[in-house]
Amino acid sequence: MSTRHDAHVLIVGGGATGGGLAHDLALRGLRVTLVDRGELTSGTTGRHHGLLHSGARYAVGDREAGVECIRENTILRRIAPGTFECNDGLFVAVCEEDLEYLEPLVEACTAAGISAQRLTPEEALRLEPNLNPELKAAVRVPDATVDPMRLILRFFATARHNGADIRPYMEVIGLLLHDGLVSGAAVRDHVTGKTGEIEADLVVNAAGPWSGRLAAMAGAGVPIRPSPGVLLALRGRFCNMVINRMHKSGDGDIVVPQRGLSIVGTSSWVVEDPDELSVPEDHVERMYAEGSKLIPALRCAERRAAWSAARPLVGPGGAATGRELSRTFQTFDHRDRDGVEGFVTITGGKSTTLRGMAELCADVVCRKLGIDEPCRTRDTVLLPHTAYYSATAQ
Amino acid sequence: MSAEPEAPIGTTQVPLEQTDVRRLRVYRYERGGGAERFDEFDVPVGPHTTVLDALLWIKLHRDQSLTLRHSCLHASCGTCGVQVDGREELACVCSVHDHGAEITVEPLANLPILADLVVDMNGFFARFPHEHPIIRASEAPTGPHDGEVDADPHHAEVTLHHHPLHHQHRAAPPGADFMRLEDCIECGLCVSACPVASTSYEYVGPAALGAAERLLEEPRGVKREDVLEWASRPEGVWRCHVGLECTRACPTDAIPAERIMALRRELIFGHDDRKDDQ
Repeated sequence: MSTRHDAHVLIVGGGATGGGLAHDLALRGLRVTLVDRGELTSGTTGRHHGLLHSGARYAVGDREAGVECIRENTILRRIAPGTFECNDGLFVAVCEEDLEYLEPLVEACTAAGISAQRLTPEEALRLEPNLNPELKAAVRVPDATVDPMRLILRFFATARHNGADIRPYMEVIGLLLHDGLVSGAAVRDHVTGKTGEIEADLVVNAAGPWSGRLAAMAGAGVPIRPSPGVLLALRGRFCNMVINRMHKSGDGDIVVPQRGLSIVGTSSWVVEDPDELSVPEDHVERMYAEGSKLIPALRCAERRAAWSAARPLVGPGGAATGRELSRTFQTFDHRDRDGVEGFVTITGGKSTTLRGMAELCADVVCRKLGIDEPCRTRDTVLLPHTAYYSATAQ
Repeated sequence: MSAEPEAPIGTTQVPLEQTDVRRLRVYRYERGGGAERFDEFDVPVGPHTTVLDALLWIKLHRDQSLTLRHSCLHASCGTCGVQVDGREELACVCSVHDHGAEITVEPLANLPILADLVVDMNGFFARFPHEHPIIRASEAPTGPHDGEVDADPHHAEVTLHHHPLHHQHRAAPPGADFMRLEDCIECGLCVSACPVASTSYEYVGPAALGAAERLLEEPRGVKREDVLEWASRPEGVWRCHVGLECTRACPTDAIPAERIMALRRELIFGHDDRKDDQ
């Protein structure tokens, strides 16, 4: 364990980004308070399809993202044992056109260090009997599935165990800003109804698609583009592996098993307000249509739920579908960007890479606070998610 | 959208007027904020509006102070449990159209209330045995593979014993070398619905007993006798009156009552006699 430091960091946002950062900073010995306006993981994090990326979905278009995914995939399996269903994933070609993606996929995965095993249609069907029997080829990759909320609760549980103060239902209603310096936040506690102030040496904006709104409270900007996608949960577990369509990422090209459900995702568009997410019925229909190209039985499966989640993508205005925006993350020091000191934004990224994201952001935080502590999250096994509750004092 | 969607399939379309409205009566409580009460809100609804959609609409458009839990929005995380017209539901998959023009929403019963619709889940996890923490395979402690990941991830992790009842959702042939996470999502609906739990905060309740029976199937280093001793305490498995409300309320078909009865069989016969037939 590191030495304790007096520096106090306030993190705003209780999703994967904030959870990973709270854990990292607590391990480095900093004082950490994290607030969220609602329940932990109630924004984007809890809503994702539950894929632990192998990196294969990115490898062809963005080798760096593929390398990052397989590295973090391997680390997460080590530090969060038992949280994942390690059943691998398949990329499936269902038409001749898909086959054009076979060689580039295998080559790009191999170059990125992602194991990619070619399977014949017969081999694939033996593993997953519900696959489209017309499939032409398949590639097996080390995807896994995860319960999104419980993975992140393990980060919160461990952070709390290491002294972090985790406060859900505490909404930031303003930033304490004087002469270009952010020194904390004004908050409303939804449990007591009371308002108050939390002072901090540094405030980190980890509000995901809402980070633009928080930055605006400091007169700062973040080029965030909330990009929702529709996901569809169907009753019945039609596969045990993650089933991906063997082509460039598109709508409805992935099926992820979650307990007794099959999750089909996803679509992509861009909105201004991440609180006003619709679930367009034509997108739901498209999930049925595209998903059943991979697993025909999905066509008749009962709809359990359909919902939208807003990705916090980084990019300029004017994007139309979100697919052209970067899937990687960025850290903004608002001193450099807006002349505001004491305020840092970390945004973008995805749950699979949350630990690496947190490491780089924590490096920025420590540098700003003049603290020299190494990251320890690569080798620290996380507490079980239930420890989050047993650590709560009432 | 890159292309026109194909013909609508699968979903049940219920034609409704755009002006369709439901009145929600929502339980309110704020610590130090006076007596509990119900607030009423008229909410516009569409064909697929859930109770959670309606509550989030209220929070966004009528009363920002309304406090509730939610995360995954598809009945997988277990955070959004509430009572809707007196019955336990996950708000995210509870259609407003399964209820009348006026819908009453209250927090789960038999758990301490933190604020509005939020219950304190410490009250749920506190029912699990401390001396033998119930550890499911989805939160396994570090095993011999700690520090390195097997090249073939299949063999680096625990292979779960599949409870016979769990095969109902499985598509893969029985015996396939696949693992899966548990069915119980720790939502607390069974504890809320349990008539015995309403008489005693001490009764450990269906979720913890179900987890104990699960532990017998996959002991993970815990002694079988210790689990049975914990389960047979005065506030344990014999308190169940077989009301079966837990199994009715369970949103993931984890069938807690079946597991409580299996625990009793273990205690009476020293083993589960059903397994003799398999």
